[in-house]
Amino acid sequence: MNRIDQRFADLKAQGRKALIPYLTAGDPGPEHTVGFMHALVEAGADVIELGVPFSDPMADGPVIQKACERALAKGVRLSHLFEMVAEFRRQDAATPVVLMGYLNPIERLGYQAFADAAAEAGVDGVLIVDMPPEEAEELGPILKARGLAMIFLVAPTTSEARAATICAHGEGYLYYVSLKGVTGSANVDAGDVASHLAPLRGLTELPLCVGFGIRDGASAAAVGGVSDGVIVGSALVSRIAEGAEAPEGIAPVLKTVLGEMRQALDA
Amino acid sequence: MTKFSDLTRLPDARGHYGPYGGRFVSETLSFALEELESIYASLRDDPDFQAEFDRDLAHYVGRPSPLYHAERWSRELGGAQIWLKREDLNHTGAHKVNNTIGQALLAKKSGKPRVIAETGAGQHGVATATVAARLGLECEVYMGAEDVERQKLNVYRMQLLGARVIPVESGTRTLKDAMNEALRDWVTNVDNTFYIIGTVAGPHPYPMLVRDFNAVVGREARRQSQEQIGRLPDALVACVGGGSNAMGLFYPFVEDDEVKMYGVEAGGDGVETGRHAAPLASNAPRGVLHGNRTYLMSDEAGQVSDTHSISAGLDYPGVGPEHALWKDVGRVEYVTANDDAVLEAFRELTRVEGIMPALESAHALAHAKVLAPTMRPDQHIVVNLSGRGDKDIMTVAKLDGIVL
Repeated sequence: MNRIDQRFADLKAQGRKALIPYLTAGDPGPEHTVGFMHALVEAGADVIELGVPFSDPMADGPVIQKACERALAKGVRLSHLFEMVAEFRRQDAATPVVLMGYLNPIERLGYQAFADAAAEAGVDGVLIVDMPPEEAEELGPILKARGLAMIFLVAPTTSEARAATICAHGEGYLYYVSLKGVTGSANVDAGDVASHLAPLRGLTELPLCVGFGIRDGASAAAVGGVSDGVIVGSALVSRIAEGAEAPEGIAPVLKTVLGEMRQALDA
Repeated sequence: MTKFSDLTRLPDARGHYGPYGGRFVSETLSFALEELESIYASLRDDPDFQAEFDRDLAHYVGRPSPLYHAERWSRELGGAQIWLKREDLNHTGAHKVNNTIGQALLAKKSGKPRVIAETGAGQHGVATATVAARLGLECEVYMGAEDVERQKLNVYRMQLLGARVIPVESGTRTLKDAMNEALRDWVTNVDNTFYIIGTVAGPHPYPMLVRDFNAVVGREARRQSQEQIGRLPDALVACVGGGSNAMGLFYPFVEDDEVKMYGVEAGGDGVETGRHAAPLASNAPRGVLHGNRTYLMSDEAGQVSDTHSISAGLDYPGVGPEHALWKDVGRVEYVTANDDAVLEAFRELTRVEGIMPALESAHALAHAKVLAPTMRPDQHIVVNLSGRGDKDIMTVAKLDGIVL
């Protein structure tokens, strides 16, 4: 069983919600990323989304744009992420890792080469922001053959017909984008999220996880109450930005921020 | 049947032109693109819509634009006859308005009160601000901070027209970053906002829409060639950044195998220096940016490259997907003109014909200068003079060391 499916099966059995932190790999420098990942697991992360830095992150707000710029300035590229995940796996064989980013770096490397390298490094899933299922006909089977889950987004604007298509193709979990906007936008409305998730329940057995607008324990608990898990990105990445001058202090801060969300989710 | 007769049947139902094009967007925008596609599908063959579009082009834009025989310049070059398709004489001074008129009609049908646009040289921004003023729509234009600096005149024009110009400080601070920011705005305000994309790129159906609205240029040029030359021209030349003016001129000729076509990309300091904006002519790898797959200048790790051109309107690392296909099938030859040759062509047309071209259009002129002497005087080249050069006076003056 894929690590993602295993993790969600365990969570379901325990009656717990998934806590999924996002980090842009290589921010503020490539030497810090694996340490941050372990710190997040210690603080209660169930799955880690590792962002692939990209020159043109069109769906991201300023916080993650700047994280991409910091990582790119340190020379971090897709190939380095494979090394980071492989290093992470030497200590952690259980926590699922999802690569999240934009298509062009994968397109340039080649689909097969990407799938091979990701699988060998110990990656479990892939979420490509600018690749809806209609455009994934070639990549999907290549990832599947290497045991990599292809994770798709569902948005508040997604029609019922599209939702059915996405649910039919999605694996791992569905990433529900809680609001219209870029990452790091306004606060999330749990009631609104609940009303959008209800019809999806009829379409899929996949866990429904919610991202965009989760910034603290209270918002994590509110959204966790109506979903299977929460994804938190900008709230963590902004802490990395604040600590970029003294990176050794970042991991404890990440643990505190995520730990508070873990507590709130489990309460 | 001609060799290229199948090219006008594209794109396919999903917006693909062979391996290019498509709809590579985050899920939030899929709905808006499907909606736009269905609005356009219901209107494109509607005679009332076409009549309204044609009426606006005639009475607001001032179409048809003339096909002008540049006799003196042709004589000086000593070869083929050069004809200029005078898109510079359109209202707002470039071909860009053909498309914004069309998309503004779609915006009106969609009922959305706000439009946004990205702009490089500012011509598309001005054309968008213009139609927004006319229709009473709120308008915000994203423009790279570097372009805001080098195209101050157009910035102020947009402001006078009532638009808000938002300088984009991220990335390379040029057209691609303006488009990133416009996409971020659209994903946030998709309920009340219509995104007027200015070139034949972006996610489906934009490349098709922008092509269809600009194809009036080629339809007129075809008819005018038959009237004024007595036959179709031997060659067409147009500059290519995203590729909207070239697409507009070329498309109605694409099945005329005997008409050669040259798309002229920005050679910058020279393709060999790496400082250029010529994804097609430099054989850039295939990539995905701004919603479509195309030739895309990027490094080995897939990071999009910095581009360079003297003209803000061509300073873009990608190119419309239909051009990418036309390169692969050999329908159009894509070449470059370097900054120095472009400036020389700019000055030459201004002095010899009394027509000051935009620096973008001067790329096409620079190639016509190379091409014409290789042809006979009884042969004919139509060059798309896609815009006028007033906006570039400051840039040229600065190069001349003159402070205005």
